[in-house]
Amino acid sequence: MVEIKTAEELNKKYLREGMWPTIFCNGCGHGVVLEYTFWALEELGWDMDKTVFSSGIGCSSRLPGYINADGLHTTHGRAIAFATGIKAANPDLNLIIFTGDGDCAGIGGNHFIHAARRNIDMTVIMINNFIYGMTGGQLAPTAPLNSIATTAPYGNIEPPFDICNLAKSLGANYVARWTVNHPYQPIKSVKDALSKKGFSLVEFLAPCPTAFGRRNKLGDIKKHWQWYEDNTILIEDYERIMNYGSEKEKEEVKNKFPIGVFQDWEKPGFFEQYEKLVNRLIEKDVKKPIKTKAVVRK
Amino acid sequence: MVIYKRNPNLIKKVLGNKIQFLLGDMACVYGGIISGVSFFGGYPITPASEVAEGMARLLPRVGGTYIQMEDEIGSIAAVIGAAWGGSKSMTATSGPGFSLMMENYGYAVMTETPCVIVNVQRTGPSTGQPTLGAQGDMMQARWGTHGDLEAIALAPSTVQECLDFTIEAFNLSEKYRNPACVMTDGEIGHLRERIVIPDENELELIDRVEAKIDKNKYVPFTNSQTRKNCKIPDFATFGTGYRTYVTGLTHNEKGFPATDKQKDHERLVKRITSKISDDAEKLVSVEELNLDDSDVVFVTYGASARPAESAMDIARKKGLKVGLLRLKIVWPFPEKIITKLAKDVNKIIVPEMNLGQIYHPIKEAACGNCEVISAPKIGGEMHLPIELLKYLGGEI
Amino acid sequence: MIQVKEDWCKGCDLCIEKCPLNALEQSEHLNKRGVKPPQLKKINDCNYCRLCELICPDLAITVIKDKNKKIEEKKSLLRPVGGRK
Repeated sequence: MVEIKTAEELNKKYLREGMWPTIFCNGCGHGVVLEYTFWALEELGWDMDKTVFSSGIGCSSRLPGYINADGLHTTHGRAIAFATGIKAANPDLNLIIFTGDGDCAGIGGNHFIHAARRNIDMTVIMINNFIYGMTGGQLAPTAPLNSIATTAPYGNIEPPFDICNLAKSLGANYVARWTVNHPYQPIKSVKDALSKKGFSLVEFLAPCPTAFGRRNKLGDIKKHWQWYEDNTILIEDYERIMNYGSEKEKEEVKNKFPIGVFQDWEKPGFFEQYEKLVNRLIEKDVKKPIKTKAVVRK
Repeated sequence: MVIYKRNPNLIKKVLGNKIQFLLGDMACVYGGIISGVSFFGGYPITPASEVAEGMARLLPRVGGTYIQMEDEIGSIAAVIGAAWGGSKSMTATSGPGFSLMMENYGYAVMTETPCVIVNVQRTGPSTGQPTLGAQGDMMQARWGTHGDLEAIALAPSTVQECLDFTIEAFNLSEKYRNPACVMTDGEIGHLRERIVIPDENELELIDRVEAKIDKNKYVPFTNSQTRKNCKIPDFATFGTGYRTYVTGLTHNEKGFPATDKQKDHERLVKRITSKISDDAEKLVSVEELNLDDSDVVFVTYGASARPAESAMDIARKKGLKVGLLRLKIVWPFPEKIITKLAKDVNKIIVPEMNLGQIYHPIKEAACGNCEVISAPKIGGEMHLPIELLKYLGGEI
Repeated sequence: MIQVKEDWCKGCDLCIEKCPLNALEQSEHLNKRGVKPPQLKKINDCNYCRLCELICPDLAITVIKDKNKKIEEKKSLLRPVGGRK
C-alpha cells in the first residue's frame, strides 16, 4: 500500500514551476485528466527523467507543457508517429501521448491505426470532448448525431467515430473509456494502461462547456457534467441489459455511451520482436532469412 | 533493451569489400551506415525504394532500427522523434513524398533537429514519370515549406559522391542542427559504378554537441553555452534528465510557447536563419574545371554536370575556350563565386533537367555582368553533349 | 480541514457540487480572477473522502487531516470498483 500524498505534494513533484494556473476554461475536463495521470504516476513510482510526453495540436495537447518532464509538442495529428521514432531510438524511455478527438481520430487516424496494429509500447490518452475546442468549436469526427457546431450549424448528419471499437479490432493490448466524473476507476485504469506492455488506449469523455456545452444547450457547468453521468453506462451493465433485459430497459439504455474496460490481454510488442531479430542476426551473422511459413491468421 | 553504439569493425564486416560495383541508391545506404545511422523510417516510392530495401537488409545487422512507416508523413515524423531520442536518423523519398513531408520539415527547422532526407528526384509535377530522373525539386528544397528558413542541400553527380555526400550531409546537419537534403535523381540513383569505401582513419564524422552543464542553468534554445560566438544551442536529448519542452509554436529561450510579442518571434527566427547564413562562405563547395582562360562557362550541378563536362571536352578540342563550374552544395547558394565569375567571362550557360530553377539565383548573382542562358531539358532524358554544344552560339 | 489556493481557483464549483456530505460552500470574498473560491461550512461532517481534491481541475484544493478528529481514513486510492478484473 502506498502512502497517499496530498495534492500539494503532487504539485511540487510533477508540475513545472510557474506554469500553473492553466489556459483551460472554467469547468473544462482536461485539468482533471492531468490530475488522474499524476495520481496514477505517483502510484507507479516511475522515474520522471525517463518518461517522455508527446502531443499534437489542440487543447488536450497543451497538457505536456505543464508537466515537469521531457515533452514534444508536434504538428497536428502526428504525435503517435513522432513517438514511434522516440521509442525506436531509445527503447528504455516510457511514452505517454496526449491527443484529442480531432487530432487522433481525424487527421491522425492513419498513424493511430498502424501504431495499434504494430503494438508499439506506448499509452495513448485520448481526451474526447466531441468538438474542436481550441479553434473555436468546429465539428469533430466523434460528435454525436444531431449535435451543433460552428461548421454544422443545422445539426450533424454524419455518424460518429468509435475509436475504442477500432482499437479493439486492431488487437491493442488495453482499451478503456471513462468519464471524468468519478475518480477511482479512471485512476486505476490509467495505472493498468501505463504498466502494460504494448499499445494501450484510454479514452476520456471530458466536458467542454465553452464550445460544446454552450452550443448544444446543455446548461451550465454543473448540468453539463451531470449530462455525462446520466448518459453513460458501464459496459457490463450494457451487455447484460441488451442480452437479457426487458424491452423497456433496452429502450432506456440503447443510446447511452458504454464505458469501462473493453479489452485487456497481452500480446508481444513491436520492439520485443525487433530485438529478437537483431540478436539473431548479430549472433549468427545470417545473410539470408531463415525459411519460415507465413502465418495467415493469428 | 540495447541502445545503438557505432561499432566500426561490425560496419566494415557488414558492408563488405573495399571496392565494389554499386547502385546509386545503395551508396546512400552505405554512406548512412558509415556515419552511424541508427534509425531509418521509410516508405516505398520509385526510384527511392532501393534505399529502404538496402536499409532493411543492412541496418538490423549493425544494431539499428528499421521501420516501414504507413506513409511519408509518418516517416519524417518518426525520423525527427528518433533524433530527439538520441539517434542519427534518415529517410529517403522522391517528389510526391517530398511534398508530403514539407510540414514536418519546417517543424525540424523550427525545433533545430538534425536529420537527413534523401530525395531521389523524378519528373513532376504530380505522379509524372516515376522511373525517369529530373532535377525539378531544387527550389522546393529551399522554399517548399511555409515561413522563413535556411536550407542545406547537396547534389551528387556520381555514385561515389552519393556515398560521400550522405556522410557530409550528416556532418552538416549535426553541426548546424538543421535538416539536410541529398538531392540525387532517378538517373544517378539507378546507375551502377565503381566505388571505394573510405577507411575509418580517412573519415571525419561530426556528432552533435550534447549538453553537459548543470541542469538548473541549462537554457535549451539560445546561443551555445559552452562554445563562444556560436548560435547553435547544445543538444539535450530526451532521457538525460534535462526535461526539455520542444514545440513548433514560436517559443522563448526556455522552450515554452510565447506567441504574443513581435520581438520573441523575430529573435527566434533570426537566430535560426543566421546560424547558417553567417557561415555561408564556409558552406561553399564547388568543382572548377578550366576556368582560368574561359569565355563561356557551364554552371551546373548533379546529373547535368556529366554531359556538360563531355561538351566542354569536345569544345576544347575544337579550340573553344569553355569551362565548367559544378556546384556540390547548392543551398546555401554560393553567390560570391558566381558574381566573381560573371565579371571574368562573357556567357554562362545553365543546363538543368527542369525548366530553369537554379538559373534564377545564378542570373541574380551575375548582376548583369555577363549573359546568362538557361538550357532546360525535361522528359526524363539527360542532355546530349551535342545539344549543349548548340548553346555555344553557332561557333561550331 | 481544507486548504484552498485561492489564485488557482477558477470558480467552477465542482467541489461544492460533488461533496457527498455537502460540507463546502462558496466564500464571500473574491480572488484575483473575480470568482468566489470554496470554503468549509462552519458546521460540517467532512470525513476526508478527498473527492473535492481529486475532482478539482486546477489542483487548487488540498485536504489535510485534523489531528484531533478520530475518523478512519482511506488507505489506498485504488480500491477496484467496476472493470473486468
